[in-house]
Amino acid sequence: MYDAAQSERTVTQDVKIAARDVQVYYGDNHAIKDVDVDIEDKTVTAFIGPSGCGKSTFLRCLNRMNDTIDICRVTGQIQLDGEDIYDKRVDPVQLRAKVGMVFQKPNPFPKSIYDNVAYGPKIHGMARNKAELDDIVERALRRGALWDEAKDRLNEPGTGLSGGQQQRLCIARAVATEPEVLLMDEPCSALDPIATAQVEELIDELRRDYSVVIVTHSMQQAARVSQRTAFFHLGNLVEFGETGKIFTNPEDPRTESYITGRIG
Amino acid sequence: MTDATASDAPRARPSLTDADARTARRNAAEKRFRLYGIAAIGAGLFFLVVLLSAIIWNGVGAFQQSFVTVSVYLDPAKLDKKGERNIDDIRKVSTFGYNPLIQQAVFDAVSEAGIETEYTKAKEMKALLSASAAAQVRDTVLANPDLIGETMEFRLLTSSRVDGYLKGRVTRDSIARDKNIDAGHLDLVDGLQAAGVIKREFNIDFILGADASESRPEQAGLGVSMLGSFFMMLVVLILSLPIGVAASIYLEEFAPKNRFTDLIEVNISNLAAVPSIVFGILGLAVFIQFAHLPQSAPLVGGLVLTLMTLPTIIISTRASLKAVPPSIRDAALGVGASKMQAVFHHVLPLAMPGILTGTIIGLAQALGETAPLLLIGMVGYIATNVPDGIASGFLDPNSAMPAQIYEWAKRADPAYYERAWGGIIILLVFLLAMNIIAVLLRRRFERRW
Amino acid sequence: MSTVWLIACVIAIALAGFFAGRMRALSSAGDNRRALHSLPNYYGWNVALKVMTPALGLLVIWLVAQPLWLSTTLANNFPEGAVAEDTSLSLVMTDVRRVAEGLDRAVAQGVMSEAETGTIRAETTNVREVLAEAGVALGSDVSPEVLRSAQDYRALASTGNLWRSIAIIGVALLGLGWALRETSASFRARNTVEQGVLAILVFAASIAILTTIGIVLSLIFNTVEFFRLYPALEFFTLLEWAPSFSGRGGASSLGILPLLWGTLYISFVALLVAVPIGIFAAVYLSEYASPTVRSIAKPMLEVLAGIPTIVYGLFALLTVGPLLMSVFGDDGLGWMQGQRAVITAGIAMGIMLIPFVSSLSDDIINAVPQSLRDGSYGLGATQSETIRQVVLPAALPGIVGAILLAASRAIGETMIVVLGAGAAARLSLNPFEAMTTVTAKIVSQLTGDSDFASPEALVAFALGVTLFVITLGLNVLALGIVRKYREQYE
Repeated sequence: MYDAAQSERTVTQDVKIAARDVQVYYGDNHAIKDVDVDIEDKTVTAFIGPSGCGKSTFLRCLNRMNDTIDICRVTGQIQLDGEDIYDKRVDPVQLRAKVGMVFQKPNPFPKSIYDNVAYGPKIHGMARNKAELDDIVERALRRGALWDEAKDRLNEPGTGLSGGQQQRLCIARAVATEPEVLLMDEPCSALDPIATAQVEELIDELRRDYSVVIVTHSMQQAARVSQRTAFFHLGNLVEFGETGKIFTNPEDPRTESYITGRIG
Repeated sequence: MTDATASDAPRARPSLTDADARTARRNAAEKRFRLYGIAAIGAGLFFLVVLLSAIIWNGVGAFQQSFVTVSVYLDPAKLDKKGERNIDDIRKVSTFGYNPLIQQAVFDAVSEAGIETEYTKAKEMKALLSASAAAQVRDTVLANPDLIGETMEFRLLTSSRVDGYLKGRVTRDSIARDKNIDAGHLDLVDGLQAAGVIKREFNIDFILGADASESRPEQAGLGVSMLGSFFMMLVVLILSLPIGVAASIYLEEFAPKNRFTDLIEVNISNLAAVPSIVFGILGLAVFIQFAHLPQSAPLVGGLVLTLMTLPTIIISTRASLKAVPPSIRDAALGVGASKMQAVFHHVLPLAMPGILTGTIIGLAQALGETAPLLLIGMVGYIATNVPDGIASGFLDPNSAMPAQIYEWAKRADPAYYERAWGGIIILLVFLLAMNIIAVLLRRRFERRW
Repeated sequence: MSTVWLIACVIAIALAGFFAGRMRALSSAGDNRRALHSLPNYYGWNVALKVMTPALGLLVIWLVAQPLWLSTTLANNFPEGAVAEDTSLSLVMTDVRRVAEGLDRAVAQGVMSEAETGTIRAETTNVREVLAEAGVALGSDVSPEVLRSAQDYRALASTGNLWRSIAIIGVALLGLGWALRETSASFRARNTVEQGVLAILVFAASIAILTTIGIVLSLIFNTVEFFRLYPALEFFTLLEWAPSFSGRGGASSLGILPLLWGTLYISFVALLVAVPIGIFAAVYLSEYASPTVRSIAKPMLEVLAGIPTIVYGLFALLTVGPLLMSVFGDDGLGWMQGQRAVITAGIAMGIMLIPFVSSLSDDIINAVPQSLRDGSYGLGATQSETIRQVVLPAALPGIVGAILLAASRAIGETMIVVLGAGAAARLSLNPFEAMTTVTAKIVSQLTGDSDFASPEALVAFALGVTLFVITLGLNVLALGIVRKYREQYE
């Protein structure tokens, strides 16, 4: 079904992540079934679908966050720049430096704003000295659109920021390690509309440098920020294509029902 | 640093499967850290094993004792000079009168077994025998004066040196400067053991008997202080269960949120962490100095331990009350029960297994407590008489198992160390039993809502 | 009537009242249960409670008040000079009580007739010998004043007991009458009984407060008494602890500082053992261990907490001490003189504290939200980096609280130091030397032979106050920190 969609699109971008035949099991529960997806560079890809459809689970496969859950098992192939990320020789730690993640609830560490952002660069040894680190932190905070608000209070705890600021701090923190892909798991679900707008604006900015994958509950948000959209339902990838097309002219009746509000 | 490496020109990164030096270092650190954790667990478990094996290794010996079995001729000329078999006359003969007879019997046994010895006098057999042997024979005679004139077989305790020699605690080197025993005696012991006259046997008196004086470790037992502990635990159970449950019900179900209940809550959590010795001071000042309750009595010990365990019991009882879902209360209230009826008819029975489990664990804690008992006079050396009756059990001076163990540990004779370790085995068996009961109770009645 | 019999009497009246109340309620409703406001048993309980509560309450008050009244009354028997300077009145009262009890026993055993006890005179009879015949051993000869007081004591006590019985049974009967009178079909028995039960519950809950008050009062009264005999300034500043055994008063130097030093030093060594092992064990159990390993190792470690302290004391004295001696003693490095030393007690105590630190830290580490760990993994941190740089810093306040609780436990620990640390008070930095602690000295000062009124015994209460204040302070601080920490993540 979506092969048709794929063949239609003009290949203008490189494929960053290619997933083929991905299955995920939680114990006996088959959570993700036969998912094939190509995620492009410098594009925002949105995963939408009703609750429990597996979109977050699939997102967490992309940087092997599922490894931290004992009962979770992943089969199939996921390639980053042509390399299988589930290869035995791949260190998930190195992978996650390339594929960063922002979570549903803002989760700043109970440290200062500066230390929050500097944490990733420090563990990956990206700075040779304090000046370099300062520089990385400033750039990341600017990229996270938080610099102007935070530059005078870098030593205050990150937990003291407002919800929207905290989430932008988390984005800045993820950006600081210079990842190639940024995964965002419902990044705005805990935020108010104003903060949401700021974060969405930021996502649009980030598209220039990164491949961004965003899981969202809100179809409006998917329509606003993404270029490509994947619709998940009951663990299946139902439809994947240009955002405009999915929302105006879906091919699968299930997608249409969801978009028009009949399921979900 | 300039913006040359800005992200517009993506940094060339190595392939995912290439492990760079930094990652290797980080992974080594990861392994090291994990190893520290395993080492810490290992250290903890190692200490546990060392502790338990020290206890068993050193304590098992206390359950066995060396006995010498000899035929004693109860000489009428010594024991009843008038020959009238008048019990009052027989009573006048003290243990000193019996000693020569027993020593003679041992001496005869030595020559009967054909052991060559340098000793020529029966008196020199004294070193082999416990000081309690004469008392044992005398008691038998007083109970049945008709035995006088006959030859009777007795199983008598050997002295603690002999016992220690057979258990390996006493060696020929260690007795070099010992006034009580010579190397020659040890030769005799070897011979008598080979002849089957001296045997190591299970010693029930260690478990059931009373404490003995400092010079006769072979005779000391834990039985009387066990009774002391028993009566104390009875007091603790009778008082702390109802009081603890009543207090918990009030705090959990009825207490309004105000300063008074806050004060109680803070009080309970702090009392749970007050050092036990402070409760001993409280017991001494309030129960003994002020209320003039009898010193060293298990009743007082029980009262002190009750106050000490109450916070523990209240905390666990409140947890089990809290675990009963509010829907049960609502259901009872919904059919027109009063709040009090809802609590006593429905919540309390459902919480009971948890409460009992907490109480047993509190009791186990109280059973092992020593320090406060020392202050109210429940020291080891007074556990010499079996209480005669229930009132005497509560009110007469007694000791408790841990205090008795402490007393033994303080005594100079190393033979008492073995007894202290053995006492610990008995104490731990009790604690283990109580904890197993608690676990079974929890398993059997545990309810998941 | 003896106390036990009196209580039995009251209970009997209450039991009778229970059935009477029940029956009266039923008959007032014409045997129609539905016409009653409450279930019949509640009427019975109402009566029983109204019989027992006032009667038993009065009994308790009487039991406390009568001895006080007796000793103040009898104090008049002793003119100012009759009480020797070095003995206080309370000691004389103890003698009086003993003689009185001796007379009771003598009558019970038939050595004396009841009439004789009132007429014997210390001037003509050797009371000590007479009582010895009855099996009562007295420490010294009985002075005429003491004997007369004892006789008065017996007379007063028996009158007191008579009045006590009359008053208490009277109160019980009054309660019975009152409760039966109010019993009728429309009487709200259930509500009344429930109020009574609630009062009992409140009382039970207040016992915690009474215990604290008891602790504080018993410590303070005796401490004040101690400071009257011994200067407080010296107690807190003197660098020497040397109680005299024979003499009284000035001969002793009772400075708390050497004891406090020993206490803190031993606790420090214990924490040095327990904290690293405990925290690493907690980290491993909560972050790395598989559920199976956790379900085995955690309870095994907690066994260490369930073992009584006397066992650790013996372990220190008989296992750790000799072991250390073989390494650091004269046969080895020659640093250690005796088995009892700071390090001996410290190691044994440290082993005991491992599960305290590990269990509490385990709880606290588990309370750190998973989202923080995810955030760190998401940035490409390894597990140990996440633990060291995110989880432990986040859990730090809670872990500090756990360590403070363990420290308070170590400071208050008695049996291990009594057996393992030694008896000599010393201000030294050498962990291989014997030192002693506050708790060990409380035990030795109160279990020795010294007279209760002497500063050598009373100093134990001042030590107790110090111990109580320190541990209480640590607990309040630790519980506060832990609570604040919990709130942060709720």
